[in-house]
Amino acid sequence: MSARILMCGNEALAEAAILAGCDAYFGYPITPQNEITAYMSRRMAEEGRVFVQSESELAAINMVFGAAATGKRTMTSSSSPGISLMQEGMSFLAGAELPAVVVNVMRGGPGLGNIAPSQGDYFQATRGGGHGDYRTIVLGPSRVQELADCMVLAFDLADQYRITVMVLADGILGQMMEPVVLEAKQRRELPPKDWALTGADGREQNIVRSLWLGEGALEELNNKLQAKYQQIQENEVLCEEYQMDDAEIVIVAYGTVARIARTAVDKAREEGINAGLIRPITLWPFPTKQISAAAETFRMFLTVEMSCGQMVEDVQLAVAGKCPVLLHGRPGGGVPGVEEILEKIRQLTIRTGAA
Amino acid sequence: MAGKISIDTERCKGCGLCVMICPKKCILTAPDSNQNGYFPAQATNAGCTGCAQCAIVCPEGIIEVCWDDAERIRIVEIAGKPDAPRLIEEKA
Amino acid sequence: MKAVHKRTPVLKDCPTHYCPGCGHGIAHRILAEVIDELGIQGRTIGIAPVGCAVLAYNYLDVDMIEVAHGRAPAVATGMKRTNPDSIVFSYQGDGDLAAIGTAEILHAAHRAEPLTVIFINNAVFGMTGGQMAPTTTLGQVTATTPAGRQARGEGYPLQVSEILALLPGTVYVERCALSGTVSIKRAKAAIKHAFELQMDGAPGLSLVEVLSPCPTYWRMSPGDAMKWIKEEMSQVFPIARLKG
Repeated sequence: MSARILMCGNEALAEAAILAGCDAYFGYPITPQNEITAYMSRRMAEEGRVFVQSESELAAINMVFGAAATGKRTMTSSSSPGISLMQEGMSFLAGAELPAVVVNVMRGGPGLGNIAPSQGDYFQATRGGGHGDYRTIVLGPSRVQELADCMVLAFDLADQYRITVMVLADGILGQMMEPVVLEAKQRRELPPKDWALTGADGREQNIVRSLWLGEGALEELNNKLQAKYQQIQENEVLCEEYQMDDAEIVIVAYGTVARIARTAVDKAREEGINAGLIRPITLWPFPTKQISAAAETFRMFLTVEMSCGQMVEDVQLAVAGKCPVLLHGRPGGGVPGVEEILEKIRQLTIRTGAA
Repeated sequence: MAGKISIDTERCKGCGLCVMICPKKCILTAPDSNQNGYFPAQATNAGCTGCAQCAIVCPEGIIEVCWDDAERIRIVEIAGKPDAPRLIEEKA
Repeated sequence: MKAVHKRTPVLKDCPTHYCPGCGHGIAHRILAEVIDELGIQGRTIGIAPVGCAVLAYNYLDVDMIEVAHGRAPAVATGMKRTNPDSIVFSYQGDGDLAAIGTAEILHAAHRAEPLTVIFINNAVFGMTGGQMAPTTTLGQVTATTPAGRQARGEGYPLQVSEILALLPGTVYVERCALSGTVSIKRAKAAIKHAFELQMDGAPGLSLVEVLSPCPTYWRMSPGDAMKWIKEEMSQVFPIARLKG
């Protein structure tokens, strides 16, 4: 399948997961990610692999937990409310250090919300919506090709670090069709899964657990997890910079919004305004260093999100007061247009007397 | 005495189920407590038939039961057929 | 001297945290004996619930996993679907299976997942201090039914075996008890049958419900607790081979 074909994001990410060797998919119907479940039900059967439509998202994440515990590559997908139901499972996956991939095709929230695109689950994804100190790698692609590539990367990262990797898309990215090239890729150098539950045949029993009652035992586990997260923060950040050389105002945006912001940057440049774009691809680990470095030489940061402002806080942390960080946020399924971003750029640059 | 049991009294929690269930009433509760402060079951083996009911009800799995075969069965030849299969009889 | 009853190596040789006279100890032992006798220790994966038996992985010497409260049947589904040759069992209490995990057990049966489920019904939440469980009997006093469970307000004891026996996805459902030698032997036979069905690839779920004494929170001696199962509890939860 290495030809260039037109595919919607949901189906492209599903096929990419299959190419990455996904052994088992567990899911539950919820808009706007239904194409993933439907596609997987057909394709996984064709590949002789496991597909289960579960009784709830809560059950789905626990089926992932079971398959992952036996060393299989496994995933689930859902949209915002469903991902909320999975948060207990996410914490258990972190505590038991199990590799898994979870796709969230975000929709408007809170509550039942709507089925329009949104980025309102950023906090939940990057801070962890479950209990306890844990991190989840979070990827934020902005094109169908990148969404597919992120799936392959996600399975490698999950196995390499024994961690859950979340891929954030949204209603637009999931539903839109773009040309994509899908081909199996060389896997990273991955550690053996000698911890997996395969039946203690001729070896000591393996135990997968997250209960550590002994004095100091859980603290020790947490320290081990934090060391892992530190390693990921140092080695796995992905971020794209666009037109940053002489930029006086830097837009920070990810996913679908980054595409819109890119056009706004181009138009601003046509009007003589030196705008640039930093596009985080890994939302956790966040590109703090890159943004902090940018803040040394630039005067203005404008974060654009489909939410009331969540990633903006990470930008503020990175910039650490060196210069102003502003927000243009559209919650509840609102999608910022090019013109409104451009208008905001104009206002900000006029005030600072830019040429 | 056809049967004999052994109880790991240090791991017994003194629940008393074996004492209750033993048809020969030859398991008693020890007068002194073990390391954990429980009063464990104690096998007297007096009249024990090796029925193993004590081991079956034991929640700790710490009772082992043995049969004293010599005591328990007699090998009997069928009169006049020395090479026929021998008859095994339980002692009265 | 011929040993007729020795501790099976599948039951790890260590003391348990269970209370004196607790049924979990008996259930663990007969389960371990079954795994030993069927020779499947090397291909069995066990799922421990949240509850008193959460530490089952300290006692059962097979690959074990400890999962979120009530989710064992979903975890088991994920495991069995991806490892059809493994023998997967879930060991759950009444809080785990009949309260928070009702949807998971119902749908695992509904999907005819070829699993073995050992359901320990001791009519209370043990680990957390003896609260009412869905299987608490009417009039039974618990930490959360100080005046005894009333139908008005707390509903009726949940008969899980009868419910699951109705589903075409179950191939074997039996309710046993740990109330004496004979009943324990029958419980072991039922557990063995449930495992044999999975070994033979029977197309559906096997559930063995085991009425189990909880002396501590029934406020009884271990002996009386067994008697209570025989005389009272089994009136509410009839001992029967309901299916298969």
